[in-house]
Amino acid sequence: MLVFLNHLINGVSLGSVYAIIALGYTMVYGIAKMLNFAHGDVIMVGAYVCFFAVSSYNLPPLVGVALAAAVCTALGILIERLAYKPLRQASSLAVLITAIGVSYLLQNGAQILWSSNIKMFPAFFSSQPIALFGGELKITIAAIVTVLACVVIMAALVWFTGRTKMGKAMRACSEDKAAAQLMGINVNATISMTFAIGSALAAIAGVLFCSAYPILTPTTGAMPGIKAFTAAVFGGIGSIPGALLGGVLLGMIEIFASAYISTQLSNAIVFAVLIVVLLVRPTGLLGKQVREKV
Amino acid sequence: MKKFLALLLALTLTLGLAACGGDDGGKDVPGQSGGPALRIGGVGPLTGGAAIYGNAAKGGAEIAAEEINALGGLQIELRYEDDAHDAEKSVNAYNTLKDWGMQVFLGSVTSAPGAATAAESNGDHIFYLTPSASSTAVIGGVVNPLTGSVDTPRRDNVFQMCFVDPDQGAYSAQYISDNGLGSKIAVIYKNDDVYSTGIFNSFSAKAGELGLDIVSVTTFTTDSQTDFSVQIADAKNSGADLVYLPTYYEANALILTQANAAGYSPKYFGVDGMDGILSVKGFDAALAEGVMLLTPFNADAEDERTKSFVSKYQEKYGDVPNQFAADAYDCVYAIYEALKDEEGVTEASASDLCDKLTAKFTGGSFTFTGLTGENMTWDATGAVSKYPRGMYIENGAYVGMD
Amino acid sequence: MNKLHLSKASRVNFATYAMVIAAYAVLQFMGGAGILSATMRGQLVPICAYVAMALSLNLTVGVLGELSLGHAGFMSVGAFAGAVAAAALPIPSAPLRLAAAMAAGALFAALAGALVGVPVLRLNGDYLAIVTLAFGQIIKSIVENLYIGMDSRGLHTSFLENRLTLREGGLMILNGPMGINGINKISTFTAGFLLVMLILVVIFHLVGSRTGRAIMALRDNRIAAESVGIPVTKYKLMAFVIAAAMAGAAGTLFALGQNTITASKFDFNTSILILVFVVLGGQGRMWGSIIAAALLTILPEALREFADYRMLVYAVVLILVMLATNNPTLQGFFTSLFRKNKRKEAAGK
Repeated sequence: MLVFLNHLINGVSLGSVYAIIALGYTMVYGIAKMLNFAHGDVIMVGAYVCFFAVSSYNLPPLVGVALAAAVCTALGILIERLAYKPLRQASSLAVLITAIGVSYLLQNGAQILWSSNIKMFPAFFSSQPIALFGGELKITIAAIVTVLACVVIMAALVWFTGRTKMGKAMRACSEDKAAAQLMGINVNATISMTFAIGSALAAIAGVLFCSAYPILTPTTGAMPGIKAFTAAVFGGIGSIPGALLGGVLLGMIEIFASAYISTQLSNAIVFAVLIVVLLVRPTGLLGKQVREKV
Repeated sequence: MKKFLALLLALTLTLGLAACGGDDGGKDVPGQSGGPALRIGGVGPLTGGAAIYGNAAKGGAEIAAEEINALGGLQIELRYEDDAHDAEKSVNAYNTLKDWGMQVFLGSVTSAPGAATAAESNGDHIFYLTPSASSTAVIGGVVNPLTGSVDTPRRDNVFQMCFVDPDQGAYSAQYISDNGLGSKIAVIYKNDDVYSTGIFNSFSAKAGELGLDIVSVTTFTTDSQTDFSVQIADAKNSGADLVYLPTYYEANALILTQANAAGYSPKYFGVDGMDGILSVKGFDAALAEGVMLLTPFNADAEDERTKSFVSKYQEKYGDVPNQFAADAYDCVYAIYEALKDEEGVTEASASDLCDKLTAKFTGGSFTFTGLTGENMTWDATGAVSKYPRGMYIENGAYVGMD
Repeated sequence: MNKLHLSKASRVNFATYAMVIAAYAVLQFMGGAGILSATMRGQLVPICAYVAMALSLNLTVGVLGELSLGHAGFMSVGAFAGAVAAAALPIPSAPLRLAAAMAAGALFAALAGALVGVPVLRLNGDYLAIVTLAFGQIIKSIVENLYIGMDSRGLHTSFLENRLTLREGGLMILNGPMGINGINKISTFTAGFLLVMLILVVIFHLVGSRTGRAIMALRDNRIAAESVGIPVTKYKLMAFVIAAAMAGAAGTLFALGQNTITASKFDFNTSILILVFVVLGGQGRMWGSIIAAALLTILPEALREFADYRMLVYAVVLILVMLATNNPTLQGFFTSLFRKNKRKEAAGK
């Protein structure tokens, strides 16, 4: 039982890392309707900025996070302006390919700037875990912070998109860009804003990811990016609570599959479960069932 | 038709670049180098997920070439090409080097691409000495410990500077058994990696022979190289007191960190891939206290040659060199020492040099002392006669186990 | 009326055939004359394989209109099935063995395609894309854990762990994560050229046929197509399986042109790379896929001069080309350039 609980805790903490990345994915997808494959690499940039701020300039961790968020926000807006905005009228596939180009660019740029050598991300939280049941059950502080951050960010995003003017504008753009424009919404500014928020989230996700799994290389963001994309689809892409649910479930399935079935096949099992879920619910767990207009 | 011209533009651009690339290589027919220098080529992952290994090897080889050129005797021109740890691209990189007029080949840095370039160079009869592609499929002619079959025939032009994978696995099992290091052993290895799987297979075969008790075997892949909680829990719950890690230090750093957080502190036994863990920027050396590993190279060694190499490497690349750098450094020196007294080396064809070097390496009288071993010799199998040195980590430094 | 009595589509088709034949003839001549670099010679077979992959994916993306992010999975099935067949089949003639291996690769990939196709049919858009991505990953995991050996008793397989014991003279063919080593390279440029031509013939015939029009009707408006009685499942599955079979043959061609193949070669990145060929060349435009696949395979090699900045330059070129090909001003400029031609065409009709 305790073993099971331990796996459960590890699954939730891995899943909340996926979830926090998936939140950024799903935000951008919901509004700009594009799969931003460069999202994972923005995470990596955020983690590097924080790493250098903290370990080379000895800044306090929170300043490092703020700096990472600022740099990533600027980077997100820059990428959007230079690479995605010119393609607003182009097919969604063209944007997808450009996003992949941006992803290569960030990875290789990072390698040239910061070398391919691995960096050990500094421990922001005490490495002493909280022990329950006389030390049989251990929860790391990083995991608790990640889960909390994840819930807070999700709640904030739900509030933001539901209650604020900007958030409502985002939802309007996501429903129908042309109609939103007619209602006097500045669609371009709204999309830029979405990228800014998504990238700031990516920076935070990067720091939390590297706090939990403290290895930093130029390709650090690639695999979590794909997993988070899977998580976002799992939960219903475009849905903010869906990203959280999808991320956490994905993490749990991954841990349970490797614990109780096979570590060799855990990835295959995760994806097989995903397929089964999509067969039962073709738009993900919390995705909107869009009725097709005839 | 709208996009036609834009595509045409791209075409012109690419062909233009291709033409530029062709100019350089076109003049030099392989083996007829006009320059006074010996052209040595190498292939490795300089970009992508495995870039640390390729760049380290490239750095080590460059330092060796600079030192040798400064001696004023046989001059060396070194060129490294990127393969992004991909067999197809490694053959492209090899062909690029051939177009450049490469005379001696440093092989590939990683194993799967290494097997591909080894086969190519065998067909072209170009001498191949790899710093670190340790799989048996590279040199060929080795019996598969699991099935008893020889899956790749021996490639007589191919030699290794590193230990061949099965040696490390068998040697580790022997070492653990001889020194009674652990009664219950857990293994975590990287299932989609040629190196890690190769060592594990021979380790488990040898452990079976020696009656070692392996209580937990778990794996991970490149795609799941983040969370090790399940592997650690499995080892812990099966009561393992020794964890064998035939994996690279990138994963090992994470395993050590996460095991520590899970309150699990067994003994660890790593292979040469563990080397480098102490020089990871920001790594807490206390986590690696007492870790045992087999490594041919110790960046903290006190001998003059190592000290000079490490300081040069740090000055040039800003990092502490790992065994990949040291092995590549040794490769360049081994080739240099085998050829320095020969006549007309820089004008010789790759094929003639291959004959010369192969004869020298397998002749029995050639020994080489470098950073990674003393009095190393090679025989017709292509494997090097050096034995893994057992080290353990104490106060953030390597100490010899014997 | 046009003097040749050919529709625009047929003229494009013939131009595409002509382009492929011309490229083959020129390269073959250059190879014979010994003026091709070793790099270029080494890339001829992979280029053919990638061109075939791009054509096959264009059938899925451009003609059927479904985004697939796991096409490399079918290439993988074809590559491993074909390479095992080539090693196991006792056919002395290399070209015949290659053809048989390709048939085996295509067959296995078609089976995988049918397996993937059934669930895929229920989904749309990005959800479909993720299912193909998932299948690509699953195929990779399976191949990584598969062991196939051969001895005098025949083929033996083992999953997850290598439990095979082979008789004297036996040989491991597929060695789990180590893949297949020491492949006898029997793929030739001519075989690659023939495969590309065959795929073109199949695609052009399909697109021009009643079936092809039904498939394209599904792409353009599924509901409208359904309402006029087009069986969605049948045609989608048909297009999907044909594309998978082509990818399988391309995989075999690729594998038998390499010494070593591993499952990790055919990962998500390879799927994406092939998608890049298709999008860059234009959806549904076969000649575009051919050019894009050939160029983007050569490009990273041509950029070796840039040393450390190679992949960075590659990324920049990729982004710039995407921006340029989708720039309305540039498009307008090219359209005006071609307007003269168009007017002539119109007058001719």
